[in-house]
Amino acid sequence: MKYIAEFRNHAAGAGLAAMIREAVRGRVIRIMEICGGHTITIFKSGLRELLPEGVRLISGPGCPVCVTHNTFIDHAIALSALPGVTITSFGDMMRVPGSASSLQKEKARGADIRICYSPLDALEIARTEPGRKIVFLGIGFETTAPGIAATIKRAYSEGLRNFTVLGAMKTVPAAMRALVAGGEVGIDAFICPGHVSTITGLGIYEFLARDFNTPCVVSGFEPLDMLRAIHMIALQLKEGRAAVENQYTRTASSDGNPKARAILDEVFVPCDVAWRGIGVIPGSGLAIAPAFGAHDASAAFDIRVPESHEHPLCICGDIMRGMRTPHECGLFAKACTPENPVGACMVSDEGSCATYYKYARPA
Amino acid sequence: MNGSTKPVITLAHGNGGSLMHKLVNDVFVRAFGGTLAANPADSAILEINAGRIAFTTDSHVVTPLFFPGGDIGSLAVNGTVNDLAVMGARPVYLTCGMIIEEGFPVETLERIAASMAASARAAGVSIAAGDTKVVEKGAADGIFINTSGIGVFDGEAMGRAPRGLSSIRPGDAVITSGTIGDHGIAIYAGREGINFETDLKSDCAPVTALTMAAMSASPNIRIMRDPTRGGLATTLGEFAAGQSFGIEIDETRVPVRDDVAGACELLGFDPLYVANEGKIVLIVPSADADSVAAALRKIPIGAGAAIIGRVTGDHAGTVSLRTAVGGHRIVDMLAGDMLPRIC
Repeated sequence: MKYIAEFRNHAAGAGLAAMIREAVRGRVIRIMEICGGHTITIFKSGLRELLPEGVRLISGPGCPVCVTHNTFIDHAIALSALPGVTITSFGDMMRVPGSASSLQKEKARGADIRICYSPLDALEIARTEPGRKIVFLGIGFETTAPGIAATIKRAYSEGLRNFTVLGAMKTVPAAMRALVAGGEVGIDAFICPGHVSTITGLGIYEFLARDFNTPCVVSGFEPLDMLRAIHMIALQLKEGRAAVENQYTRTASSDGNPKARAILDEVFVPCDVAWRGIGVIPGSGLAIAPAFGAHDASAAFDIRVPESHEHPLCICGDIMRGMRTPHECGLFAKACTPENPVGACMVSDEGSCATYYKYARPA
Repeated sequence: MNGSTKPVITLAHGNGGSLMHKLVNDVFVRAFGGTLAANPADSAILEINAGRIAFTTDSHVVTPLFFPGGDIGSLAVNGTVNDLAVMGARPVYLTCGMIIEEGFPVETLERIAASMAASARAAGVSIAAGDTKVVEKGAADGIFINTSGIGVFDGEAMGRAPRGLSSIRPGDAVITSGTIGDHGIAIYAGREGINFETDLKSDCAPVTALTMAAMSASPNIRIMRDPTRGGLATTLGEFAAGQSFGIEIDETRVPVRDDVAGACELLGFDPLYVANEGKIVLIVPSADADSVAAALRKIPIGAGAAIIGRVTGDHAGTVSLRTAVGGHRIVDMLAGDMLPRIC
């Protein structure tokens, strides 16, 4: 585990912080970290304390659980009530509030809802329990989507007709484009998600540097990774450059993972999808391609769910767009807590509100 | 019958008749012996010196029933023993209440009883009374065990029992008796069939030797606690909640096994919140911190004891962590279950 301890070294961190201070020189730079994993690192390691005053870190919409629309939860809950249906899901979807309930509450009421660590676990259930209809809740970004794609392919080749995926997978660059093009938030640079980039490669961010003059640095998830990425951004801004650079060279390459990209292209097609708190972003979703339609739960089950509604005072949408912080929400730490979440950002461990609540709540 | 000829528990084993007496005698009296064997009546009659006693109860449910380093039997004995020990008491007697699901293999019950007997011997306690109920298939998950226990304040530790929360002062030291998170990760790996390719075992053990050593080293122990469910973070949070002091711990001083740290990274857990079953956390005056830590290190299960932080006059009511990279953050109590994350 030395590999981890070295990336949290105090002296090296102090050295990088001094280099950032030197590059920033009192200016204000606003950096958005897209990925919830980065938000956690910032708070869990107390990184802000090491940074100079002018470096503002803004948390973006990068928690796949948080951006999953509550209509999707309502849809999953409706499916769980059908006879013979087993819902399988990643663990952190369990507490997400839908319009009226959550998967965890429905499980307690007797619905057959099981936590999986991999979509392949759900496929195994489909093999061993052929009498049940197994629905996997397919959420996530480019990181998890290839595994879901591979699982759908395997179900297809094995002819496992009782395995379907209810999909709400999303792609990161479309959301980044919506954020900078919307212009609501002044973003000087992006810290780009390391794991997504490991799959996609670096090319997906080029438009941000080219068309929006916004530096992008792909970063790892340890405190020193992030300090180094912030320094690379500070240097670009100081020198008036905007380029896509890679701090996470030990994992992410410029080409990404061609095999994973190929399977995404084979199994999914781009679609418009609703992001919780943000709305529909055109072309930002991954729908199951018609060739694999037999494994698409939204087609296999004729279920309609009514339009869902958010709590009127919830500002999760603004928080995920980086316009406001959790401390500016009237519900935060009062009506909305991790035990009893109102908004999506409080649900997942990687949500901005949950992270603020856990690590930076005022006493 | 499903073809197997291995004996299983049936509802008849719980009906108070001859089958139940045979089960109690063959399994429990044979394993626990001593006081239980000498007291075939409705209550055990115990000889205890008059004065204060510690008295507690704890129910135990765990999946899987057997895991690296322990089983539900050792957990049921040590859980109650440890709740007594951290109060400064010497645990002496336990009761054992079993709720068994119809169809449970007798052989497994015998293994659990043998483990309880061995754990009781190691902890120096007698299992003095017991009860067995059998419920219909599906009404329980295999077996549930409740243990209650009595501890006495005598011998070396007399008058040295911890004074409690109100005695804690800014400047006091926070000590843990060893690595944290071993039990929770061992259970998790066993339950989910995850193989971390290590020899990681639960730390399930009686902590009486640790608490006695600490009290021998210092007459001024402020508080002791066994950080079970919710882990170190929750125990420290309970110490600080609503108090006029805060607690600050140093991440680099908190002992965590490499494999536990690695498993937590992989699963998205924080070792500060992972359960322990054979560790204690203590708050002691700073002047006594080194001698208490040294006394703990002389006990085999305390070899990894470390001073991990201190009580502060500021940020009252909260626990703060100085991170390895040099920042600070709040250490909150666990909210809800830890759920493995998506990515």
